[in-house]
Amino acid sequence: MVRKVKADPKGVLEGPHFMDGDHALAEGALAAGCRFFAGYPITPSTETAERFAERCPEAGGLFIQMEDEIASITALIGGAWGGQKVMTVTSGPGFSLMMENIGLACMTETPMVIANVQRGGPSTGLPTLTAQQEMMQVRWGSHGDYRVIALVPDSPQECFDLAIEAFNLSETYRTPVFIMTDETVGHMHEKVVIPPASEIEVVERNWYTGPKDQYKPYKFGAENHMPGPMVKVGDGYRFHVTGLVHDERGYPQATVEAGKINITHIIEKIDSNADKIIRFEADQLEGAEVVVVSYGITSRIAIKAVMDARKQGIKTGNFRMITAWPFPEKQIREIASKVKAIVVPEINYGQMVREVERVAGGRCKVISVNSTGGAVHDPSEILAAIKEGRS
Amino acid sequence: MNQNANASFAQDNPMSQFLRMERMPHIWCPGCGIGTVVTAFAEAIKKSGLDLDKIAIVSGIGCTGRTAGYVKLDSFHSTHGRAIPLATGLKLANPEMKVVVFSGDGDLFSIGGNHFIHAARRNMDITVVCVNNFTYGMTGGQMTPTTPNTANASTTPFGNYEFPFSLPFLADACGATYVARWTSLHARQISASIKEALNHKGFSFIEVIAPCTTLYQRRNRLGDGLDALEYYQNDAEIAHGIDTREVDIGYQSKIKIGKFVERDKPTYLENVNQKYTNVLGDEYQLYGKTTPEKEAEAKAKAEAAAKGAV
Amino acid sequence: MMEVRFSGFGGQGIVRCALITGKAISLYDNKFATMTQSFGPEARGGACSSQLVVSESRVLYPYVTVPGVLVALSQEAYNLYEPELGNGGILIVEQDLVKQKPDTGRVQVFPVPATRFAEELGNRLFANLVVIGFFAAVTKCVTPDAVKKALPELVPGRFLKANIQAFDKGYSYGNEIMAAKSGASVMADAMSEGVE
Repeated sequence: MVRKVKADPKGVLEGPHFMDGDHALAEGALAAGCRFFAGYPITPSTETAERFAERCPEAGGLFIQMEDEIASITALIGGAWGGQKVMTVTSGPGFSLMMENIGLACMTETPMVIANVQRGGPSTGLPTLTAQQEMMQVRWGSHGDYRVIALVPDSPQECFDLAIEAFNLSETYRTPVFIMTDETVGHMHEKVVIPPASEIEVVERNWYTGPKDQYKPYKFGAENHMPGPMVKVGDGYRFHVTGLVHDERGYPQATVEAGKINITHIIEKIDSNADKIIRFEADQLEGAEVVVVSYGITSRIAIKAVMDARKQGIKTGNFRMITAWPFPEKQIREIASKVKAIVVPEINYGQMVREVERVAGGRCKVISVNSTGGAVHDPSEILAAIKEGRS
Repeated sequence: MNQNANASFAQDNPMSQFLRMERMPHIWCPGCGIGTVVTAFAEAIKKSGLDLDKIAIVSGIGCTGRTAGYVKLDSFHSTHGRAIPLATGLKLANPEMKVVVFSGDGDLFSIGGNHFIHAARRNMDITVVCVNNFTYGMTGGQMTPTTPNTANASTTPFGNYEFPFSLPFLADACGATYVARWTSLHARQISASIKEALNHKGFSFIEVIAPCTTLYQRRNRLGDGLDALEYYQNDAEIAHGIDTREVDIGYQSKIKIGKFVERDKPTYLENVNQKYTNVLGDEYQLYGKTTPEKEAEAKAKAEAAAKGAV
Repeated sequence: MMEVRFSGFGGQGIVRCALITGKAISLYDNKFATMTQSFGPEARGGACSSQLVVSESRVLYPYVTVPGVLVALSQEAYNLYEPELGNGGILIVEQDLVKQKPDTGRVQVFPVPATRFAEELGNRLFANLVVIGFFAAVTKCVTPDAVKKALPELVPGRFLKANIQAFDKGYSYGNEIMAAKSGASVMADAMSEGVE
């Protein structure tokens, strides 16, 4: 059951601000009701942690700087079952360290928000420069089969807005939700308008209120595979949580059959609700010869190229993914069936483009405008790909 | 065992209030010391008079890591090495809970060592019970950071050439405010120690030396569980308050046991609350209430008011 | 659309210049502004720079490409960034700290003794506000009202008055210079082609 309430005014810093994306993430989290933040410093994400640390006393929350990113993500699992809405933020190397326990969070259906302010990799890479190189890691990085929800903001304002959205999705689907931002968005300052608390809708945790002896921490096979309600420690339910394959009671069951039920659930609760989760912006797709598909900061560069192409008489559509995962398959498939080419610029060596190719299935050309990271594209590179796609 | 016998076993067992009897039998081997420590833990909780609903247990991975699954408390079976950060999150998000970490030497001190030293440094208000059997049981008898020098393990087949941690010394040096060690022979003392630790304010650590008969004992030709208990009987020496620099364990050496450290120091949360109150004054309140809690309070208030009116 | 680079050495308040100006423009002048800066150990000390893209409509490309305005408060910053300033662009230099190349007329140069003015007001730390005042008068990119509204959260409360004085000093000096140039618009050449 999804229950929406108005935001707690204590966490809402109402008004217009000139703010960077990292700070806006922290403000969005506080507005969404996040009151527990565990993190470890890493460029270019640290400003979010600093902001939360500064703001949480008056909001009635707690910040803890953990000993590393593994501890941070694991503390979130404890924090969530302790009853709080929880968040951490990191960048590439820290994100890699978090992978195992992201799996634990998925498996135990623990709501939380993890922001990755992407920087150039691999390894220590380019700590102060932008990238979009973890778009596949966020989807596949932890071992085993699972699904995630990943949102990609293109501005500080959207960092704020999507932080709230991320918390709402994580409570609705009882799953970790990722905000895949990047160094450019994280560090650039723009106007961010924070609405009054009365205009912010937040999804409450789906608290169980039935008889104590009938509570089960998990619910498999519900309509649309929606997850069951939660309780917190200390309420007398004496429940069990494990990363092993488990039944609805949360008890380990080392059988093929139990695995099938458990894993199908964590996959299907996202897949069967993909239409409700997916967010995108589309512009002038009708009659387009070429469509540019992009996400995050790259979308802003792409629009520039799209406008230049239109000026030159090329019918160019623009499609911005706000949700990278689940991937907007239907929308991309439809575009692929109508255009000559899809152009996919990203600040990596070609990641989401593989998904576009898979879904396009040869119906149109798919052109990757890739990069080794560190900088946003020059719009002319994207324009050249648009021209190539049209010919 | 047939269904009926199983049901009656579950009903009659004195541990049935404390264990998830539907999950019995457990996976531990005959002669293993973990069960003794779990029983002592149950006794400690009973004697402490604490509300079982307000105690959570967190385990990592491994044989001892299975404890959380068998104990009828709010329980968490986390990933390998990560019991302490999960417990930290639980405690901080819900400070009214008593949080106990129950795990093994490999889990807590090899892969999870970093978390242990930092939780101790912060004086995080949790209790850590380590069943130290000198080996990785679940994966088949490999060397751990506590395996005594020269002991045989599957990854040190010619004898261990590493130097082990002395866990009480490590805990003490990192800032733990309660440190004790017992062997699985000392069931009553373990129980008394856990009870003390539960009521201790701050980071408490209890090490219990216990036999792994299937792997450590057998591989080192040390006999079965009973032989291990005989060793503890002969070679464990009570030394309360001894300097923790002097409690290291060699292969089949003397084992110093007892309560080594007990000191008073503000906990992490006490320090947080103190700082925030300094900044914000009486305005400061950690966390609000959940919607059902608010509703229940409002309802109780309304009912009380209605009663008053009558 | 206007691309602005503020540059100097660490400690001159270069980042603060862009923050104050960007906030003033986007919150109180009803235009769009995107501010970026260099980060990390490479950005500490040495030449320090912060950038502002200002537009009547939403800023898309967030970085400066060919700045129309360069503010250079140190020799190193001037040497590094002057060549990238667009033809006809506005160059504001700290005249006591920057020794310029012979004027070829490629760009429009506006020297200001910002540090000296700030010292006259009691503290050289106010030099960046003198610069913003001067910048506002020369470029008309931001209004004085907007800057004064933007200041409170960005400068320490006890220095607010002094900062406003420094701004006014720079602004009136800038206006004098502009009056001497008989009011010709210096902006036309500095504007870049924007995306509307």
